[in-house]
Amino acid sequence: MSKFYNVFLGGKSGAIGLGILAALLLVVFPMALDVFRLNLMAKYLSYAFVAIGLVVCWGHGGILSLGQGVFWGLGGYCIAAFLKLEAARNIALEATSDQMKALTTLGLPDFMDWNQITELPWFWYGFKSLPVSIILMFVVPSVLAYLLGTAIFKRRVAGVYFAIITQALAWIMEMLFVTRQGWTGGINGITDLRTMWGWDIRTTSAQYTLYFTTSVLLLACILVCRGILNSKLGRLLVALRDEEDRVRFSGYDAANIKRFAFVVAAIISALGGGLFVMNVGFMSPKLVTIEPSIYMVIFCAVGGRMSLIGAVYGALVVQFGRTWFSEQYPAMWYFLMGGVFIVVTRYFPNGLAGIYDDYVAPLFKKLGSRRPKAVASGFDSTAPAIVPNTVNTTGN
Amino acid sequence: MMHMMLPMLAQTSWDEYKAIFLMQGFAGLSLFSVFLLMSLGLAIIFGQMRVINMAHGEFLTLGAYVTAIMSTFVMESFPDFMPYYFPLAVVGAFVAAFIVGYLVEFSLIRHLYNRPLDTLLATWGVSMVMQECFRQLFGARETSATLPDWLMGSWAPTEQIDIPLNGLLMLGMSIGMLLLVYLLLYRSRWGLRVRATTMNRAMAGAVGINTKRTDRVTFALGCGIAGIAGAGFTTIGSVSPTAGSAYIVDTFIVVVFGGAGSLIGTLISAFAIGQAQSILEFFLTGVLAKVFVLLAVIVILMMRPQGLFAQKVRR
Repeated sequence: MSKFYNVFLGGKSGAIGLGILAALLLVVFPMALDVFRLNLMAKYLSYAFVAIGLVVCWGHGGILSLGQGVFWGLGGYCIAAFLKLEAARNIALEATSDQMKALTTLGLPDFMDWNQITELPWFWYGFKSLPVSIILMFVVPSVLAYLLGTAIFKRRVAGVYFAIITQALAWIMEMLFVTRQGWTGGINGITDLRTMWGWDIRTTSAQYTLYFTTSVLLLACILVCRGILNSKLGRLLVALRDEEDRVRFSGYDAANIKRFAFVVAAIISALGGGLFVMNVGFMSPKLVTIEPSIYMVIFCAVGGRMSLIGAVYGALVVQFGRTWFSEQYPAMWYFLMGGVFIVVTRYFPNGLAGIYDDYVAPLFKKLGSRRPKAVASGFDSTAPAIVPNTVNTTGN
Repeated sequence: MMHMMLPMLAQTSWDEYKAIFLMQGFAGLSLFSVFLLMSLGLAIIFGQMRVINMAHGEFLTLGAYVTAIMSTFVMESFPDFMPYYFPLAVVGAFVAAFIVGYLVEFSLIRHLYNRPLDTLLATWGVSMVMQECFRQLFGARETSATLPDWLMGSWAPTEQIDIPLNGLLMLGMSIGMLLLVYLLLYRSRWGLRVRATTMNRAMAGAVGINTKRTDRVTFALGCGIAGIAGAGFTTIGSVSPTAGSAYIVDTFIVVVFGGAGSLIGTLISAFAIGQAQSILEFFLTGVLAKVFVLLAVIVILMMRPQGLFAQKVRR
């Protein structure tokens, strides 16, 4: 139990941070927000998965991927494909007039009809079943990440080169998904998703259920990533980021460790994509191209690239700011968002978590040490707590 | 795809075949000149200084806007000067982009030299701000420069071959700029300072080079060259606030593929990518051609992680 406490919760401060986040997500937000805002929050949270993945592979591993949108999108598309097939089946069955029956083919998504495709393409067969779709949601992105990771890290492509390659990958994926209209729904993506195994995902109760599912899975992902980062593997990852050659000379397979981090990030991102589709009800290639992928990195940077919990706040703050600014000051929001990126990278390389560690936490400590009672009750402000979030990040 | 092309090719006469070949070759050449012109500035900023400047496209847009504004101004106020304004616009575009680049380096980039990946995020912010500035100043609609008469029209050496003059101008400009950048970087005192600074900043400072000034001028110069590319761009297309950002990935791919820090690498990679894309476009759709070229570049980059012509540096 104490191992669980130290490794997965990250000791006292980690447990408190996670507790506050859990309370916010599971109690405060559902009570304070109406169902529309809560659904919006679930949408934001499904992006937070990517940010968590980026903390693992970028913050700790130094692998900056500008193509996380690809994995997020592939996960989303897998779920969207299943939901679309189910919707198509229902629409064809519910068709009453002969005219409607002539317009719809049983079990074929509408965009395939529009593109003169008469038979379901073979790679869509798996999406007829929900379990297979869920498996594919994890398998497709992780296989891609595995292959890419093998090819790239074995050849020791790193840093900027890796970033550019992943960016090109995001672009390739967008171009393919947009032009292969009959297979992917083209620029509109896969829209008009309604039910999942007969369960209407658009009702209020479904949106509540999906919000709580998203929150709980997000918290679970944080725990798993904490476990990874606090293990020996996590320390190796940081060592690789800071001094790769030394780790390699010590006999470790650097490529293998990096690939693991990359695949973990891809799987978590894919989960977020799948949840996004269920929460929002559509998926489109516009959400997975270069710009959204850079935004995902920004979420992570604003929250703090070393802090798993910070990444969630970063995703929430940036997306909320984006929505709010574009509603309140439509002309100004680009300036403001640009300014935020500049200021955060220039002055707060560790993001919100860095602000907390540098300014807020010392304040608490000061307050704590002034009160003799706190010291007497065993609160030792001088002992170094196990805080994975405060690892020094002077490197890239 | 070849078997579909063959019957068509069988019917074409030798002359027509040659004309198609030449025109296609020229299409590739003009793509090459576009890539080269865009990449030269980045070859300095990213190749030499290792700064990932995501706002590079916006400096290009800035140059294009300067040219467009100058063309409108000249046409309204001094219509007689119209045939000669273009060289002046190129200088204006360079100066504007140089000044903005200088300010960006001074206020932001110089704090980030030891954090290369962070320059990516910060300059992404810069690009957003610049785009919004363009939108506020010039409106969201596309504008275009009025070209002088001598740039319209085309050059037709034979009946079937038809080569547009603006394409030739772009080709001339990119080759000229390449020579200029080469002379600046490898045949001048200043270039020596730049290369010394980027290879080993501490050592360069120790032997008396003002590295801060060198960095600032180098960055500004790279931006200025992007501005010139923007001026060249107005001859082949219109300008909108987001015009430059459409090319940023292409530009990075060209520089990375050629090997950052190698000018000859940039030249060859721009040529290879331009020709490959234009030839593939002849057989496939434009998008598929692009996808194939990008995939090929990725695969080759995996075989040669430092690009085609890696700079030889001792670490």
